[in-house]
Amino acid sequence: MRKPRKVIVVGGGLGGLWAALRVAEAGHQVQIFSLFEVKRSHSVCAQGGINACFDSKGERDTIWQHIVDTLKGGAYLANQPPVKSMCEDAPGLIQTFERMGVTFSRTAEGLLDLRLFGGVKHRRTLFAGASTGQQLLYGVDQEIRRQESLGRLQKFEWWEFLSLGLNQQGVCQGIIAMNLRTMEIKAFPSDAVMLASGGMGQVYGHRSTNSTNSTGAAACRVYQQGAWFANTEFFQFHPTAMLGDDKTRLMSEAARGEGGRIWVPRDAQEQRRPNQIPEQDRFYFLEEWYPSYGNTVPRDLASRAIWEVVNKLGLGVAGEAKVYLDLTHLNPGFIEQRLHAILDIYRKFHGTDPVHEPMEIYPSAHYAMGGLWVDFERDDTTGGIKHGSPRNHATNIPGLYACGECDYGYHGANRLGANSLLSASYSGRVAGESVANYLQGLQQGHPDSDDPIYSSEINHQQELNRQLINNQGEENPYQLHRELGELMSSQVGVVRDNQTLSNAIESLRTLQQRSRNIDLQERNSWSNQGLAYARQLQEMIRLGEVIAVSALHRDECRGAHYKPEFELKLPENASAGDPAYETYRNQWKAQNQNWLKTTIAKQTDWGPQIDYQAVDLSVLAPEEPRDYR
Amino acid sequence: MSEKIQFRIRRQDTPYSPAYWQTFQVPFREGLNVVSALMMIRQNPLTTDGMKVDPVAWEFNCMEEVCGACTMLINHRPMPACSTLVDTLQQPITLEPLSKFPVIRDLMVDRSRMFADLKRVRAWIEIDGAWDIHQGAPRISPEHWRDNYLYSRCMSCGSCLEACPQYGQMLPFVGAAALAAVRLMNNHPTGKYHRKQRLHAIMVEGGLSDCGNAQNCVQVCPKEIPLTTAIGELGRETTVQMLKDLFGSAD
Ligand SMILES: Cc1cc2nc3c(=O)[nH]c(=O)nc-3n(C[C@H](O)[C@H](O)[C@H](O)COP(=O)(O)OP(=O)(O)OC[C@H]3O[C@@H](n4cnc5c(N)ncnc54)[C@H](O)[C@@H]3O)c2cc1C
Ligand code: SF4
Ligand code: FES
Repeated sequence: MRKPRKVIVVGGGLGGLWAALRVAEAGHQVQIFSLFEVKRSHSVCAQGGINACFDSKGERDTIWQHIVDTLKGGAYLANQPPVKSMCEDAPGLIQTFERMGVTFSRTAEGLLDLRLFGGVKHRRTLFAGASTGQQLLYGVDQEIRRQESLGRLQKFEWWEFLSLGLNQQGVCQGIIAMNLRTMEIKAFPSDAVMLASGGMGQVYGHRSTNSTNSTGAAACRVYQQGAWFANTEFFQFHPTAMLGDDKTRLMSEAARGEGGRIWVPRDAQEQRRPNQIPEQDRFYFLEEWYPSYGNTVPRDLASRAIWEVVNKLGLGVAGEAKVYLDLTHLNPGFIEQRLHAILDIYRKFHGTDPVHEPMEIYPSAHYAMGGLWVDFERDDTTGGIKHGSPRNHATNIPGLYACGECDYGYHGANRLGANSLLSASYSGRVAGESVANYLQGLQQGHPDSDDPIYSSEINHQQELNRQLINNQGEENPYQLHRELGELMSSQVGVVRDNQTLSNAIESLRTLQQRSRNIDLQERNSWSNQGLAYARQLQEMIRLGEVIAVSALHRDECRGAHYKPEFELKLPENASAGDPAYETYRNQWKAQNQNWLKTTIAKQTDWGPQIDYQAVDLSVLAPEEPRDYR
Repeated sequence: MSEKIQFRIRRQDTPYSPAYWQTFQVPFREGLNVVSALMMIRQNPLTTDGMKVDPVAWEFNCMEEVCGACTMLINHRPMPACSTLVDTLQQPITLEPLSKFPVIRDLMVDRSRMFADLKRVRAWIEIDGAWDIHQGAPRISPEHWRDNYLYSRCMSCGSCLEACPQYGQMLPFVGAAALAAVRLMNNHPTGKYHRKQRLHAIMVEGGLSDCGNAQNCVQVCPKEIPLTTAIGELGRETTVQMLKDLFGSAD
């Protein structure tokens, strides 16, 4: 008789819960690990919405257009079959959420309402008031609770994933985790592991919109055990984040979608309050530079435009790194209803009211397009992925899968707004189905928990803890994290150059040294938050190096990765067919010859080793450069 | 302003050890919230007596008042620490862990009972499976949506339970949050199908009738969830259900 199969899911955000649900529905036993109650996962932060083509606004929106927008928005760097399948399956996924009870906002007829988001021309974004991520997560959380009550699934909340249990053949057969209350380190054998540990914004420290769980530490741990990272140099900076020194808070893209305008005073010496500055003295730079998209240009263009206005033109408000995001010309009742959460956050954390006074914002590290490398299998008859294939979302370590923001799957060089709640959920669903089929093909179950593949790893992890606890160094982990954030955002940020990147890599290595010389200042060994934090910090610094080295190697501008030295300038006043434009198109194609490839980072003793892999372009050939003018 | 802000913090090293108080100071800044202040304290855990102590442990994740993790007693009132600005508070500011849940350490408590209670009241929609069935749920009018949306923002922070005189570690009452979840699920077009089971789950000891109508819950909920409205509605529904159960009428 076969042993019952067991799957461990690390992470209880949208990705992890979807995966867990599909594995449990397939009849396997699931254990979910999370740093805290899964309902508190970072996914709840998403305000704006989730994309799916419903074409219910009389705009002739099509699924094909969603595919094209996603691929072009990502500067063609995403493998195309997974993107195709994701966009095709998106409406069905939304309907499943609806059945789970997610409170999507409604039209007068009671249909799912849609709004406009950045980087697209059609209304395609579903939303639930202004707390879409929270509502989506709660929908799946409820279903997980139901599975739990049926005995198919078990949660291990307040447990931190530390490493994989790999057998002699390098097959993943469980995890080593630490109880965040007792600090006990224990092995959990399983037949497969799904990593769904979320993003890595905390590598940018307090200069990120991410929650504290988004450290990337779990992904970096499996990287050290041989998993590959892909495309980590592509990090999206959200153009409109409110400044703060615990974190920067996102003012959702919806603010621009609903009619918000970005501007600065034309005169750097401007002294007047924003409301007293007449129209002719305001510089609506996005509207001037990108007349056809205006304020709804994609995030990378908006972030760079703001960076340029502040750092090149010296027009930041009051000489500081900030610009206005203005809603004051809109109907207060309308925005109150549509943007309640944003208004609320701003009022709460800034003290002024955006209905009456423009908000002050600046770009902030927001979303990692890159992450763990995962495979897919193409279905040649449909051009999408082969549904159910155990290759989908498999990492290069057999038995280890990844989904959600910690994988690199769907966004290429840049992510469209409202596409990542979609990719997190969709990838979880696909990966769950994929794991279920992997288990079908397994001949042998996992060993018992006292097997040496676990005990040696437990010893290693205990040793790492002991070193940190006994160390009497000079460094403070919290201070080091702030330094990491400043370093990454100023030197591996919106605008990059090779000299600065090389310096950053040196500085990161110094930081890594310093992070071994820590004093935890903590005698209490119960619920030792400092210990967990210091361990995550070391991973974040390592991850910072992977990002910086990947960025150093890529000598071009693509999506969110911007090195002005290698920029191909769009010829002004020229459009397709004009000689100047065609010359540009040819240069752009030549650049694709060199650089349209996936960056792969592998761990070695001397740091990340960079290789490249071809991109599957079978759906849409890269003929059209992005042009948002 | 080089003003200093004082915090009196109730500390406890383990679930079983005695509590004690320590006082800390942090410099004031514009827009300083309680989580940022605690971050400064953990970076340099020095009491006002100049004693080097262990960093204060507390829970937080989103820093945007949407995950529910950071709720604690701030000047004796349950509040989310991340969205509470220091300049709205009287000084010295006292921080204590929620008192209705077991303390884990310092300001961290164990709220797992809240999640168990969501199970107890069957706060989910029974779907055939999370696969595509090529249709959605029935339509919902905007008005109906607006009512439901109010309830769907509950982030399980526990403030309402903290404020409730009927809720406690030794008492069976499920409390307002779980009741509001029943209200929400019972008003979904297909969630309705299992209305009866959910009502029965709150018609037992520790259910709706344990509510003493103190109405504290609705005053402290940071998400402004109309908890007492939900409790009122459920009161009428459980009465009707009870009659149906007595006279055996079909649903
Ligand atoms: C402010 C903000 C607004 C956003 N708005 C939108 C939007 O409007 N539309 C959109 O499409 N996208 C949006 N996004 C992006 C989107 O929210 C995320 O990409 C998505 O929610 C990620 O989901 P996830 O499941 O991968 O990870 P998460 O939700 O971050 O979950 C990660 C899980 O992993 C667990 N975990 C992590 N490390 C460990 C470990 N070592 N051991 C055990 N468990 C671990 C955590 O406990 C958690 O449960 C937004 C992001 C931010 C920051
Ligand atoms: S009802 Fe309000 S106070 Fe109670 S747990 Fe939910 S959000 Fe918190
Ligand atoms: S940290 Fe999430 S509610 Fe305060």
